[in-house]
Amino acid sequence: MAKIHTPAMEKIEKRNAKRKKPVKSTPTTESWKRFKRNPTALLGLFVVCILILVAIFAPLIAPFDYQKQDYASMMQAPSMKHLFGTDQFGRDIFSRVIFGTRYSLVIALFCTIAAFFSGGLLGIIAGYFGGIADTIIMRIMDVFQSIPMIMMAMCIVAVLGNGIPQLVAAVMFASMPTMARSNRAAILRVRGSDYIESSEAIGVGQIRMIIKHMIPNAVGVMIIYFVGFLAVSIMMMSAMSYIGVGLSAPTPEWGLILNDGKAYLTSAPYMMLFPAMMIMITCFAFNLMGDGLRDAFDPRLK
Amino acid sequence: MENLIEVKNLKKYFSTPRGELHAVDNVSLNIEKGKTIGIVGESGCGKSTLGKTLMRLHNATSGQVLYNGVDIANMPMKEFKKDYRSNIQMIFQDPYSSLDPRMNVLQLIEEPIKVNMKNLSKIEIKEKAQEMMELVGLAKRLENSYPHELDGGRRQRIGIARALSLNPDFIVCDEPVSALDVSIQAQILNLLQNLQAERGLTYMFITHDMSVVKHISDDIAVMYLGQVIEKCPANEIFKHTIHPYSQALLSAIPIPNVHVKKERMILRGELTSPINPKKCCRFVARCPYATEKCHNEEPELRELKTNHSVACHYAEKFM
Repeated sequence: MAKIHTPAMEKIEKRNAKRKKPVKSTPTTESWKRFKRNPTALLGLFVVCILILVAIFAPLIAPFDYQKQDYASMMQAPSMKHLFGTDQFGRDIFSRVIFGTRYSLVIALFCTIAAFFSGGLLGIIAGYFGGIADTIIMRIMDVFQSIPMIMMAMCIVAVLGNGIPQLVAAVMFASMPTMARSNRAAILRVRGSDYIESSEAIGVGQIRMIIKHMIPNAVGVMIIYFVGFLAVSIMMMSAMSYIGVGLSAPTPEWGLILNDGKAYLTSAPYMMLFPAMMIMITCFAFNLMGDGLRDAFDPRLK
Repeated sequence: MENLIEVKNLKKYFSTPRGELHAVDNVSLNIEKGKTIGIVGESGCGKSTLGKTLMRLHNATSGQVLYNGVDIANMPMKEFKKDYRSNIQMIFQDPYSSLDPRMNVLQLIEEPIKVNMKNLSKIEIKEKAQEMMELVGLAKRLENSYPHELDGGRRQRIGIARALSLNPDFIVCDEPVSALDVSIQAQILNLLQNLQAERGLTYMFITHDMSVVKHISDDIAVMYLGQVIEKCPANEIFKHTIHPYSQALLSAIPIPNVHVKKERMILRGELTSPINPKKCCRFVARCPYATEKCHNEEPELRELKTNHSVACHYAEKFM
């Protein structure tokens, strides 16, 4: 049957075409909907986005070279010229903090990825196979965990020396147990669920089970831990740089800037105030986002 | 009629820190082709474990499960998966948790076909899944819906479609309606009965609901702490129940009539622990008629009348 076309019908068709298609409700869009409804989570995401932009466009934002020493303007209090003031070498702290964003975010990302692929993977293996593999892996992780995180990191740096790869390794080893534990829990939760058993009953094989059922269902929880760990990594990195086992001067890492300022805490408190604030804001933003993600992916987990 | 499934002295023990948990202890059953056997018992009596052991979701500790005369409980898992997985299927209790929340209806129903019939093309798989949806009464428009958007009845229909898509002849229904509203229960039960009539399916219907079991079963086996204590045709148990436990179960069915006062048999005492049970009647702690003999000897399942077996030392007294 041929389609009849009238001007009125064409008008309606045009209007319908303009209208947005209704969004299909999949578990992912549902999660995003829940995330969007959560103002604090959105704030976290917003701040994280700004930080990422700051890191990318650091050379454009920073008014001075972060390394340039200017002995004419040493230890100046915050002013219009030097927003965050200057340090004992006359370096602009604002510029240093802006460039520090790059170090903090990128290294934290590497640390978290490294921790995820070492500890996380071990946790997944332990959770999936259970039994002896589980016992061995988790007991080793227990041993790791019994050493304080910072101690562990210090030992590693003491053996391997200062530098970014060493720092990443240190943070990775220190956070492996927690990462393993949380990922193991995520897999165990999925593994014990009825839909895994029902898939087993219809004959789904091991590989398909992992790829099609376990990972898609566990990935939400894993992302939550991942984001949470970014905050922890930034804290650890700064802490290590602060006590002098992380990066070395003149890198404008936030912890190092803090370290520079600690001698002048009473005379020039702004030298520590601003980098410390950046660390706080960044961790806070990641934590807010992580909490929002948790609520979005799994409303029951609260 | 010939037996499709013969369960012979099936045992399933779980080892726990406190000892062996006898979930299924020496169960023997025959299930005739095209019939429904109802497995009744309270929570924790091992009825689900029995079903899952038949499905090979658990491996039996000892004993046999004969499917058309072939022992499927002890064959290598690989062989079972290849040759028998599609013949024996299961409908799960909770349609809210037994469907992967990240798959839509079509994907869920396609999955068993995809996994088990590797020679089919994508289009054939889709067609078969759509056919299954129609068979269980799921509208075509629901294809792209996710389980969380559907009600319990529809979800259970997905579960049924998944089980049926492999053309099984034996289906273990593990409390398929206990998580559903009463109005939807009837729909699902009718669907199951229609499918049975159409396709000659054999069901093992696990439930704790006596009125459901009365509606759907041909034979009934009552389980208590891992053992079958009474086994008979369905109408027989409602008329001449023998074992004291079955009597107590039956007296718990409410009668929808306020003028009829029914004498209820209320059991006292605790459920005996299924871990390392003693050699005695399992029901002894709660049985109102228990004697010295019940404490010392384990009663065997004896056939008292044709097709009616009871495990009680004093069964004759209660006849």
